[in-house]
Amino acid sequence: MALNRNLIPGVAAAAVLALVALPFTGVADFYLSYLYVIFFWIALATSWGILSGYTGYWSFGHAAFFGAGVYTTATLAGKLEIPFLLTIPAAAAIAAVLAVGIGFVVFRIRTLRGEFFALLTLSVTYVLAAIISNTWIDGGAGVYLSAVEIPQFGTSVPGAIYLLGLTLAVAALAISRTVLRTRFGEGLLAIHDDEDVAEVKGVPTFRYKLIAFAVSSAIAGAAGAIQAVYVGYVTVGETFSITVPLYVVLMSILGGARHWAGPAIGATLITVAQSLFISGGQAELGRAGVALALIIVILIVPTGIAPKLFQRFQRKAEAPGPTGKPTLALVPNDSTVAPVLKDSILLECHDVTKSFGGIRALRGVTLQVEEGEILALVGPNGSGKSTLINMISGHFQLTSGTIDYEGAKISGLPPHEIAQRGIARTYQIPRLFDNLTVMENVQLCAAFGRESDSGETSEESARRWLAFTGLLEKADLLPPALNLHERKFVEFARALAARPRLLLLDEVLCGLTPTEVDQAVALIQRIRAGGTTIIFVEHLMRAVVALADRVAVLDQGKLLALGSPRETMQNPEVIEVYLGQAHAS
Amino acid sequence: MSFTLLTQSAVGGLLLGGIYGLLALGLSLSWGLLRLVNLSHFALAFLGAYLIYHLGTNYGVPAWLSALIILPAFFLVGLALHALFVHFKVSEFASMLVTFGLTILIESLIQWIWSADFLKYETSYAQESLRIGPLYVPILELLTLVAAAVLAAAAWFGLNRTTLGKALRAAAHDGPIAAAFGINAKRLSYVLAGLCAASAGVAGLFIALTSTLAPSQIESWIGVVFAVVIIGGLANPVGALAAGMLIGVSEALTMAVVNPAWAPLVAFSILIILLLWRPKWL
Repeated sequence: MALNRNLIPGVAAAAVLALVALPFTGVADFYLSYLYVIFFWIALATSWGILSGYTGYWSFGHAAFFGAGVYTTATLAGKLEIPFLLTIPAAAAIAAVLAVGIGFVVFRIRTLRGEFFALLTLSVTYVLAAIISNTWIDGGAGVYLSAVEIPQFGTSVPGAIYLLGLTLAVAALAISRTVLRTRFGEGLLAIHDDEDVAEVKGVPTFRYKLIAFAVSSAIAGAAGAIQAVYVGYVTVGETFSITVPLYVVLMSILGGARHWAGPAIGATLITVAQSLFISGGQAELGRAGVALALIIVILIVPTGIAPKLFQRFQRKAEAPGPTGKPTLALVPNDSTVAPVLKDSILLECHDVTKSFGGIRALRGVTLQVEEGEILALVGPNGSGKSTLINMISGHFQLTSGTIDYEGAKISGLPPHEIAQRGIARTYQIPRLFDNLTVMENVQLCAAFGRESDSGETSEESARRWLAFTGLLEKADLLPPALNLHERKFVEFARALAARPRLLLLDEVLCGLTPTEVDQAVALIQRIRAGGTTIIFVEHLMRAVVALADRVAVLDQGKLLALGSPRETMQNPEVIEVYLGQAHAS
Repeated sequence: MSFTLLTQSAVGGLLLGGIYGLLALGLSLSWGLLRLVNLSHFALAFLGAYLIYHLGTNYGVPAWLSALIILPAFFLVGLALHALFVHFKVSEFASMLVTFGLTILIESLIQWIWSADFLKYETSYAQESLRIGPLYVPILELLTLVAAAVLAAAAWFGLNRTTLGKALRAAAHDGPIAAAFGINAKRLSYVLAGLCAASAGVAGLFIALTSTLAPSQIESWIGVVFAVVIIGGLANPVGALAAGMLIGVSEALTMAVVNPAWAPLVAFSILIILLLWRPKWL
């Protein structure tokens, strides 16, 4: 069975070689054109998946980028007589530039919702169509490309177009697969599940979305260039029709948008099905059939067929080897033990103020956190504890004041940069990436966290922290399969895998049973023993007294008291806030 | 460019805003309150327009009478569609894709029955207009705007001044909490879905009376009206109408001053500017 797996790359290479050789065997042009159409849709659907499938930002504007490619070639090759092959990279470049321009604008919107993105990209299609049809680029009459000379690569013109289509489809698949297996792809999938958390864990979300958009659009542009000479006569109406986004979306959903091969499988199925069942005269019926398929697929199999297909295949291929590697030592490794410099300031909040509209959540909080200490943040509900955590991690922008870390200003930096400098946080209600396994969740945070100086890979690191938190057996499960206690510990493991110098814990003990609380307290003590500075928000006084070196009490956005647990808790003002006026005296 | 011509264009744009507002109303309410992005709203409106055209041209049924039949029928269509969404627990985004598919289905159906050619519903009163000083105000377009204003006002009143409307808004804001306070959001959402579909019927009536019909027209409205819905603010009936008139006037002025072919650009440019500027009501 294991042999089976090693065969796959060989089989794939042989299949590609056979496809390359096909036009040289004297196959009728009809078949070549037929296969070209399949390659065309594979390239287009796969390219759509790189942005929309992976990040969940579904574009309805793929026709705009495809069309930009079509008209680049129509203009350069059709009108200016530039050699056709040169226009393909030009088409890809122009589509990519267009995408970067749009992305630069829309991805800056912090609360951009999926539907808004879909509609915006659809709008762009209309705008672009209006511009092209009203200017010399098209002028409303369409552009003929029949005079364009196409290099034949030793076969016929259809053979050459076939080869170009094949190259692009294979390239698109290779790019999509490579993306998915890199840090970049992990980041894109994390954006899909929870973009805010991805950013806080160190994923440069803005840049990643922009790159994915550019790559996706470049492939669509190249597909447009080839399609332009394939059809020979291009019009605005045909090019920017709703057919392109409709088909691309359907193919991807049918195949599975989050899988690299999903869109290609969907594209092949739909293209073949259309040609089998529909004769040329009833194209309209074919369109209706595709629309009906879209409806049924979304209602019945929302995740697509590819994931299921590959799961089955992999289960067969995988030999029943030893489950999991030998458990590693349950101690934090030495690399995380930073030299504890007593009396050195790690974090300094100076006059931190935050207003939400008229509500002032923080009113000038000034405090310092020393390297290696555990600082507890306590205070009644709404006193600004979680807001302060959110300000330090960069999730919220300061209204005024500054936050310095390691002697440099970090307020105003994007959250991912703060994360990469070594500040990690957990969420009160665990916010795990629900479509990534526990292992992948932790690994992602290791990959995007503070630079490793021990040369440990993100996988090794993830394994170690899962062992540390006792979750190694659950490594291959998806987060929804875990209970609250386990989910909180995955949050821990994620934060720790990022190798933080400063760890922010937001009510990690809330909702745990007394035994679980004891476990968590022991865990936090072990983390500090590893040299990590900790700020934790907590209501449970038992834990605060057990853990904290100093306690900061917040009330109504102000720092009420700061000192050792005992003296702070005896402060009359603090007692008043907690127990009311009567007990203070 | 004379002042009269400009004013005449502005009036034309304002009236065009009536049909935008009318189409945007149902879409805005269903998106904002039911969390369903119903792209098929346009297709439904056109289906209504085609039915009115068909009954009027072939059987001489007056438009208002056809509308009386179509509105309740569309109400039922809205209920059926909503039942489908509820049964399959369709998410906000999936609803967009499902109704996108539905739009193509209806479009194909229209093309199959009435062909892809342009059709015009001819009536004796189609050309009548009021004359105010140097300006002409076509009656049917004026009626469209009046209908849009009446429906928008009624929707506003229903949502803000009646218990049922407040319950609906509460349910849209936080379903489980509203349910805990005894609000039967399910039944209300069906009623709203039905009313939205019926409003597509009203829009269809005026599309039949004032516009040329072709299946390809359906798609040409989607972009503009979505811009209107977003600019007007979700679930804000009055905002939708105001945004419709804003877009209508700016389009009409572009047509008069620059070139008709550039008009589609205007709505989207306004939309993009607003999305960048991000005022609070968006």
